[in-house]
Amino acid sequence: MLRLLLRAVREYRKESILTPLLVTTEVAIETFIPFLMASIIDKGITPGNVNYIWRMGLLLIVMALASLSAGASSSWFSSHAAAGFAKNLRHDIFSNIQKFSFQNIDHFSSSSLVTRMTTDITNVQNAYQMTIRIAVRAPLLLIFSIMMAFSINAQMAMIYVVVVPILAISLYVIVHFAYPLFKLVFKRYDRLNQVVSENLRGIRVVKTFVREAEEKQKFEAASKDIYTVFSKAQRILSLNAPLMTFMINTTILVISWLGAQMIVGGQMQTGQLVSMFAYTNSVLFSLMMLSNIITQLSQSQASGQRIAEVLSEVPSIVDPKDPVLTVTDGRVAFDNVSFTYSAVHKRPVLQNINLQIPSGALIGVIGETGSGKSTLVQLLPRLYDATSGEVRVGGVPVQQYALAALRDNVAMVLQNNVLFSGTIKENLRWGNEQATDDEIIASAKIAQADEFIQTLPAGYDTHIEQDGSNVSGGQKQRLTIARALLKNPKILIMDDSTSAVDTATEREIREAFRHEMPQMTKILISQRITSISEADQIIVMAHGKIDAIGTHQELMQTNVIYQALNQSQLHHEAQAFDAPSDASPIATDGGDVHE
Amino acid sequence: MNNRPRSFGKKSKGPKDTWATLKRLLKLIFTGHPIPLIVAFISIIVAAISGVAGSLFLQRLVDDYILPLLKLRSHNFSALFGAILVMGGIYYLGVIATLIFTQIMPVLGQRIQRQIRDDLFSHMQTLPVNYFDRNSFGDIMSRYTNDVDTLMQLISQSLPQFISSLFNIVFVVVGMLSLSPLLTLVSLVIFGLSIGVVRFLSNRSSKYFQAQQKSLGALNGFIEESLNGLKVIKVFSHEPQTQQRFDAYNEGLREDAARANGFATMLFPIMGNIGNLLYVLVALVGGILAVNQISGLTLGAIAAFLQLSRNFSQPISQISQQLNAIIIALAGAERIFQLQDEPEETDQGQVVLVRAIKGADGILAAAPEGQIWAWKYPDPKQPLIELRGRVVFDHVNFSYDGQKQVLHDINLVVAPGQKVALVGSTGAGKTTITNMLTRFYEIDSGTITYDGINIQDIRKASLRQSLGMVLQETNLFTDTVANNIRFGNLTATDAQVHAAADLANATTFIDHLPQGFETQITNGGSSLSQGERQLLSIARAAVADPPVMILDEATSSIDTKTERLVQAGMDNLMRDRTTFAIAHRLSTIFNADLILVIEQGQIIERGNHESLMAKKGAYYELYTGKKALE
Repeated sequence: MLRLLLRAVREYRKESILTPLLVTTEVAIETFIPFLMASIIDKGITPGNVNYIWRMGLLLIVMALASLSAGASSSWFSSHAAAGFAKNLRHDIFSNIQKFSFQNIDHFSSSSLVTRMTTDITNVQNAYQMTIRIAVRAPLLLIFSIMMAFSINAQMAMIYVVVVPILAISLYVIVHFAYPLFKLVFKRYDRLNQVVSENLRGIRVVKTFVREAEEKQKFEAASKDIYTVFSKAQRILSLNAPLMTFMINTTILVISWLGAQMIVGGQMQTGQLVSMFAYTNSVLFSLMMLSNIITQLSQSQASGQRIAEVLSEVPSIVDPKDPVLTVTDGRVAFDNVSFTYSAVHKRPVLQNINLQIPSGALIGVIGETGSGKSTLVQLLPRLYDATSGEVRVGGVPVQQYALAALRDNVAMVLQNNVLFSGTIKENLRWGNEQATDDEIIASAKIAQADEFIQTLPAGYDTHIEQDGSNVSGGQKQRLTIARALLKNPKILIMDDSTSAVDTATEREIREAFRHEMPQMTKILISQRITSISEADQIIVMAHGKIDAIGTHQELMQTNVIYQALNQSQLHHEAQAFDAPSDASPIATDGGDVHE
Repeated sequence: MNNRPRSFGKKSKGPKDTWATLKRLLKLIFTGHPIPLIVAFISIIVAAISGVAGSLFLQRLVDDYILPLLKLRSHNFSALFGAILVMGGIYYLGVIATLIFTQIMPVLGQRIQRQIRDDLFSHMQTLPVNYFDRNSFGDIMSRYTNDVDTLMQLISQSLPQFISSLFNIVFVVVGMLSLSPLLTLVSLVIFGLSIGVVRFLSNRSSKYFQAQQKSLGALNGFIEESLNGLKVIKVFSHEPQTQQRFDAYNEGLREDAARANGFATMLFPIMGNIGNLLYVLVALVGGILAVNQISGLTLGAIAAFLQLSRNFSQPISQISQQLNAIIIALAGAERIFQLQDEPEETDQGQVVLVRAIKGADGILAAAPEGQIWAWKYPDPKQPLIELRGRVVFDHVNFSYDGQKQVLHDINLVVAPGQKVALVGSTGAGKTTITNMLTRFYEIDSGTITYDGINIQDIRKASLRQSLGMVLQETNLFTDTVANNIRFGNLTATDAQVHAAADLANATTFIDHLPQGFETQITNGGSSLSQGERQLLSIARAAVADPPVMILDEATSSIDTKTERLVQAGMDNLMRDRTTFAIAHRLSTIFNADLILVIEQGQIIERGNHESLMAKKGAYYELYTGKKALE
């Protein structure tokens, strides 16, 4: 995991190396200061040598300033290294996500991907900064201080041999017991957040069913669960401070006692005693730092793991080795195709699909929710790969195409339309970066979008808000159709993408398709029989299988599902819908008006 | 020297009225737990005194014991031993004091956190629906997470550390003054310098942290947009362009984060080394003073002063750090108080629903075992009224803000068991009309009666109990399928739950789930299709068995056949019930007894399907698709 993450250091290696070097400099100077202080006291103040005091004093001031600059710049560089590292991580994750198939995405869920790219990366960024700075500083400070203490008075410094392991072990034990509790706390927070979030979203349901009291109980149980564990965890962790004070104080008492005797015995000088106190502080303090580092690093370990998971996820749909780069025509073939979303959802979504569609045909697909209509067409641009069997476009299995080439030629207007923040023109240009204004307008005209765009204040330069909230559902659908048309694809798939467009306009769009794009294979998924009844062939889907294929008239005579659908819509809608229009596409006698 | 730049990171907005919030918060903390707080406070002071006394001891050690002993021939250490024992006493008193307050405060923080959280939730449940419409989900949610969290940090960490640092500085200064006023002056100059440095650095870093939050928000928005639109990105092979835009946001965030953290973390080495500088200056100045015998500075005093000066810089950086944390926490506290101050949903209703039995004479009498529901006035002389579901709107007007009228003069009489379909474009006011009946919002003028009783006189809980609702958003809860259905009626037996599922046409799909009725629903039922979720919410309403139903139909994405399943479930639900259906698909309204066409808050047409078609008005246009329904 570590190696995987560290690959993201890249151009910030310089800062990442410079930081520990500067930290080392800082610590070296810092630990040397008390040592020189001892000599000021013992060689300057005690014998009354002002000259010496001045000389050493100025030297020490210079050293303190040097240590200050080294420390400050190490902080600066470490921040830049860590922020850069985080930036590269985010870049890598995002570029990997873009390569993900939807199986990959389902594996993570999109909200968890967002958390990984924000909170988790921030944690790792802080951990990285800590690693190159504090995690270098703390052990160095410990080692240097002990070394200096030994060089001043080895006999007395032996006390560290006793104190340091005791403190280290105690701190370890504290972390060891507190850490699992903290992990548990986070889990229990999830439950609390779940209750709040379900109550916020479902406030109307809660109020209508008068469930306030029960929900309150649920919440208080979750709240109490947190309290119990969190208090315990914090109590354990809070032992740190008194333990630390205890150790420092005990050491100082011992040093005072021994030091006084040594000074009197002539084995030591007063200044040296003072510096011993300083080193005691540093030694024990650095241990405290170390235990903090361990706690924090182990907390960010989970974040690192979660990031590494995304980075190491292998996109399941990728370009083949020697990809086919051109799609010759809009033929489509399904050869015994079956599909299951994942091992978890065992129900097959598609079963043994066999299908041949000639180039240029207008195909309708109808069937109930969950019958596999959308899944069927999503196999064409390889949004998913068939679990078994073969899908061919233009006579070539889809897996052999370069993804970009395949998707450029198989345009798809999806069920839930997404527009991106930007102008209408920018959104339409998604279909073709190089499209001229004329081409854009032509596409918009076919999609029956030109008219309403012209009425907008800024026309084609009107800004679309995030999520397209400033255009109506029907307008959004027409824009997404125009966007797909700009690609000039060999195959156009419309997945229930005119549901919010009124029937008259919908008919005009279909008309324009027939006249303006006769070569293009058109596959229309709809829930309205009126939308597909004039198709060359209609595919009726049920339970992941093709129930029947045929024209409207054929299906009306032979297919039970189709008849039932027609019956329900005819009774409630079709009659009324078509009564006032001049050309009835589904006259009850089943006349094939348009061919 | 703890590297905690994050505490600066949240400094986005300061509280609006710092002092009022602080006062209220302290009152809240103090009144609930006065004794542990006083104990903790005393312990903090004792610990601080013990620390300073320890440093001052050094002076006595050197001046009173070591130096005199040096001059003596016979080395008698018993006096020294006594002094060390005394010192040990003071030291360990400090340790115990530290132990006490570090154990009290975090637990106190937890307890207060829990109390605030529970208060918050139970208060939230009493708020009117319009509060939830006015405030975004994330905004309310963050009060439970970020705000409560920072508040707990404040109580368990920032506050004790702040107080402890404050006393430390005071006692250190007092200790210093007792040793040497002149050296104290030198220290105070350095002290001033450090405060300047701290302020400069924290201003700088907080400026960039704000920028960082903004960049992070922008990046976040972009990631979400891209993930939502990933299919579109893939279908259009737009990956490189998207990556490019992402990189631009990403680089912006990096710059801000690097600067913000840079300034923030710089504080620690700078403060630490200013401490070193002070240390050196004390030695230098003190040494010269001592050697020249100015102001009677002893060697022991210098040693003690050196030790004290080491304890000087740390509390200063602590204070600045904790001050930031306190300001953030106060902003959070203010937001929590804001929610707690939101006025509760008012309820003057006195009429309640009770179970009753009908006597042979047709007169109702309250009886807990009764099978019928009846309205009961507080006045025992008033007869019980049987719950039937007759709803009348009489000249009802409504506005959200008292200015822009949303409903105009709505008049409506619905007999028990009648089906009403509300038709009209988005924002016409269909949902608003049903919100009047549930009293999610209060009408401005006019009256609404239910079984002849003004709904203002009915206790809200009873009113809502008599209404069922199936909404577009199904809002399932994390629990089993059976318990989700039981949400409608907690006392429902398994048999009743199954019957409700049957009525809703939901049994077939439930039986296909891995554990049937015991299958756990997670994530609001994300593993179910929308139609399936809808069936569950119908079953949930069915098990409650209210006489009046409000149905808000799904706008799309249920195809005709599943819709017929849902429709059949709804039909079963509507049978013998007064029903208000917000119809999005025209097939639904075909069977309605009364169709209301709503436009701009007014009923512009009313009648049944045949009469409205014959009229060739607005309904006719909607129905024939001349105007699209959205």
